[in-house]
Amino acid sequence: MDKTDKPVKVYVAVSARFEPDGKIRPLSITWEDGREYRIDRILDVRRAASLKAGGAGIRYCVKIGRTETYLFLEDNRWFVERRV
Amino acid sequence: MASRGGDAQVERTIFHIDMNSFYASVECLHRPELRDKPVAVGGDVEKRRGIILAKNEHAKKFGIKTGEVIWQARQKCPELVVLPPRFDLYLRFSRMAREIYADYSDQIESFGIDEAWVDVTGTPKLAELGAEALAHEIRKRVKFELGVTVSVGVSFNKIFAKLGSDYKKPDAVTVFTRGNFREKIWPLPASELLYVGPATRRKLKSYGIETIGQLAQTPPETLRKWFGKWGLVLSSFANGLDTSPVARTGEEALIKSVGNSTTAPRDLTCDEDASIIFWMLAESVAERLREGGFMCRTVQITLRDNELFSFERQMKLPEPTFLASELHAAAMRLLRAHYNWRRPLRSVGIRGTDLVPATTPVQLSLFENPEKQIRRARLEQAMDEIRRRFGHYAIGRAGTYVDPTLTQINAKDEHTIHPVGYFKAV
Repeated sequence: MDKTDKPVKVYVAVSARFEPDGKIRPLSITWEDGREYRIDRILDVRRAASLKAGGAGIRYCVKIGRTETYLFLEDNRWFVERRV
Repeated sequence: MASRGGDAQVERTIFHIDMNSFYASVECLHRPELRDKPVAVGGDVEKRRGIILAKNEHAKKFGIKTGEVIWQARQKCPELVVLPPRFDLYLRFSRMAREIYADYSDQIESFGIDEAWVDVTGTPKLAELGAEALAHEIRKRVKFELGVTVSVGVSFNKIFAKLGSDYKKPDAVTVFTRGNFREKIWPLPASELLYVGPATRRKLKSYGIETIGQLAQTPPETLRKWFGKWGLVLSSFANGLDTSPVARTGEEALIKSVGNSTTAPRDLTCDEDASIIFWMLAESVAERLREGGFMCRTVQITLRDNELFSFERQMKLPEPTFLASELHAAAMRLLRAHYNWRRPLRSVGIRGTDLVPATTPVQLSLFENPEKQIRRARLEQAMDEIRRRFGHYAIGRAGTYVDPTLTQINAKDEHTIHPVGYFKAV
């Protein structure tokens, strides 16, 4: 909270594809300012907690361009960890 | 392998997993900015009845205890952050933990919302890793996946496993074997044993028994003379002879009773006073029973007088109910039968136990107009709806407005989730 007053947990809009086997594959993320980022690859999927943002759910490690980032599905909301 | 009566018995491996400072841990996970501060989860902060439901490690250092009144806790630690409880969130974490345990065994017995026994006897993972390493694997998984810590007790019976999860915490594993339990468990105070409460502890102390070892070495016959059958149970607990199985309980068993209690805004001095508070509590319990899809078959009341002496009385209902009017009538009957107003009452509680699904067919009373019963149910459901839409105080029973100093309570928002009884679950 010292560097910025914005919360680390950022809920984002996500477009996703529901696969026939029940898996959910996120395709793109829309950031707070409206910019949309296409997810190029999903590197890893597992249940995990986010200590940084504060929450727990299914953690997708995704590649957007050259950046790797975590995207969390918590119940039915998606969030990412803001970089501070 | 232990052998008794010629039957070779497979040695059991039982885990007791305790989610440490559960409510406070879940809150601190979700509020990173509070993690370094003393934090507690408490009932209504503004009114005098609010109590501490859970606290984090920092708050513990100030000597803050679960069950104490919030203003007392604040005296010990003025900077204490007290958060309102969010039971839906805790239930979600409880469920996620259970899903992890279910990867290792299908024999899981929940004990309240934050504790469970898991019997891993004969599972492939146990053969692969051994008990201690397996316990550590579960501990690490919960920490990684849920962001909260557990302590795991490993032993050959449920009682010692439970002791183990208390022995070292948070985020730890303790193993009690047949080889080490005398050395490790026997020096512990007898009150550490499950079901040795203050009354039993006092009585044991009066006979000079203070440790689990002393209890174990007292002849069972002597204990039976002091405590009746219960004495034999205590003896078997202390000697590691408890054989009760880990019951397969479903999630629905997490909630075994629905109850509310409250410290009244002023001390109660007569049946009429108590009736008003019982109305508020009965309405809240009834509303929550309906919400959960339950009816209760037994009603229990708790009374605590102004010298803080408290006791419980209960009665079985002729038919299961989720109606406030029937809970209230039962509570008043219990009160009249068991209390003589020698001292004013400070707090009272109602609990519906022995829950059955609300879909259970009900035998309509022979002596009462069944139409009336159905109309009462409709009336109360309509009240639920009005309160859901317009707030708790939008509608109320005329009787509860007799004394406005007593009625400023919205009992329903203070949920209480009680753990499953040890023996009932077997």
